[in-house]
Amino acid sequence: MLQSGDSVISIRDFDSEEIQQVLSVAARMEREDNRDLMRGKILATMFLEASTRTKLSFMSAMLRLGGEVLDFGDTEHSSFKKGESLSDAIRIVSGYCDVIAMRHPWEGAARLAAQIAGLPVINAGDGANQHPTQTFLDLYTIQKVRGRIDGLSVGFVGDLKYGRTVHSLATALSRFDCRQIFVSPPTLRIPAGLLRELEEAGVRYEVSEDLVSAISKLDILYCTRIQRERFADSLEYERTKGAYRLDLALLERGGARDELRIMHPLPRVGELSTDLDDTPYAVYFQQARNGVPVRQALLSLVLGKE
Amino acid sequence: MPPENSDKELSVAAIRDGTVIDHIQNEATFKVADILNLDTGEEVVLVGMNLPGSKAGRKGLIKIDGRELTLEEVNKIALIAPRATVNIIKGYRVVEKRKVQLPEQVEGIVRCINPNCVTNKQSVTTRFDVLESSPPSLRCVYCERTVSGADIILK
Repeated sequence: MLQSGDSVISIRDFDSEEIQQVLSVAARMEREDNRDLMRGKILATMFLEASTRTKLSFMSAMLRLGGEVLDFGDTEHSSFKKGESLSDAIRIVSGYCDVIAMRHPWEGAARLAAQIAGLPVINAGDGANQHPTQTFLDLYTIQKVRGRIDGLSVGFVGDLKYGRTVHSLATALSRFDCRQIFVSPPTLRIPAGLLRELEEAGVRYEVSEDLVSAISKLDILYCTRIQRERFADSLEYERTKGAYRLDLALLERGGARDELRIMHPLPRVGELSTDLDDTPYAVYFQQARNGVPVRQALLSLVLGKE
Repeated sequence: MPPENSDKELSVAAIRDGTVIDHIQNEATFKVADILNLDTGEEVVLVGMNLPGSKAGRKGLIKIDGRELTLEEVNKIALIAPRATVNIIKGYRVVEKRKVQLPEQVEGIVRCINPNCVTNKQSVTTRFDVLESSPPSLRCVYCERTVSGADIILK
């Protein structure tokens, strides 16, 4: 179980029981008044790669718990500009705070930071590798809107090849009894290595290119952005983007269940029509808000305030 | 005095006490010596290459006089010499034969293939979890990239 002093680096480090521990503390954070829980504690945010949402959400979580926040500043104005190594920066910052939330463009940077810091480090994204607090908030959202995680059919659509949030969520869901359906163009298919891991974990999954025929099977549909830079040919990009664009008409054509809920890590750029925003299907704005109680839960667990 | 040696494999030059690593893939011989840091110790080390092997063509062989390799050291060479056998010698006789076996984690031997991994950006000792031992498949503890076969690059 997650304990005082632990770091949160990768969703791979968590089994279903530990995930449930975090989700149930997050639910309590949302229900109860905890404005004094972190009094006297300091969170340092080290975001060495652009991020607005995640950083604000971490800061909000700490402030709402009565703690304080120190910001390291961006790479342009920090000591990195002068050539300081990551290890040295971590050693210095760890003297000023009780917990660090870090985003870094290098994969594995958070794991290294946790080894050096001597205090809890929460990974807020390490390159294309992991972003565990996003995965926790995705799981929290699923549990909240469907009442459970076990027994659900979860579909993923969009860029499944490079999408970090997709890979982490698929790994996390493999700890539960879920069916997973991966819908993408052939060029952005889910990596074979990940499918092998799912097989080893005994997960039932399908790989498809056809979104419409997958819709009726789903309890949750997790959309991600298809990025132009993944395509050599802009015509091919436009065609692919169109075929995987989700709107109300497509849901009706596919025979979506009333209970279907649509998630998206945001920001969206056209792959998710605004005509869905006011329907019961859409939970993506709620999903973004859920980042706060989930990060409150993680902060309080690693600082032994739970 | 060394006994008359009928064992052809150990006939290069008998040692009284120490370790003989046999059945090394010929081309991996120097790499094995390198991984075990044999050039920095005090012991007499004999390295043989292009020796006639029983099955897979020519082989390499390393004798370390006066030092018994630990199991941990032995397992470090498993990635590059998976078929090697390690003989512990006492009083000119083989008292123990160990098969090399990949440990659960390999440290400092393999370079991560991912150019964006923190271990390729800063001076960090690499660590890999061993997912499969034969054929070997490893996952970087830092960037979590999985490598196998020809993608496993030794430092």
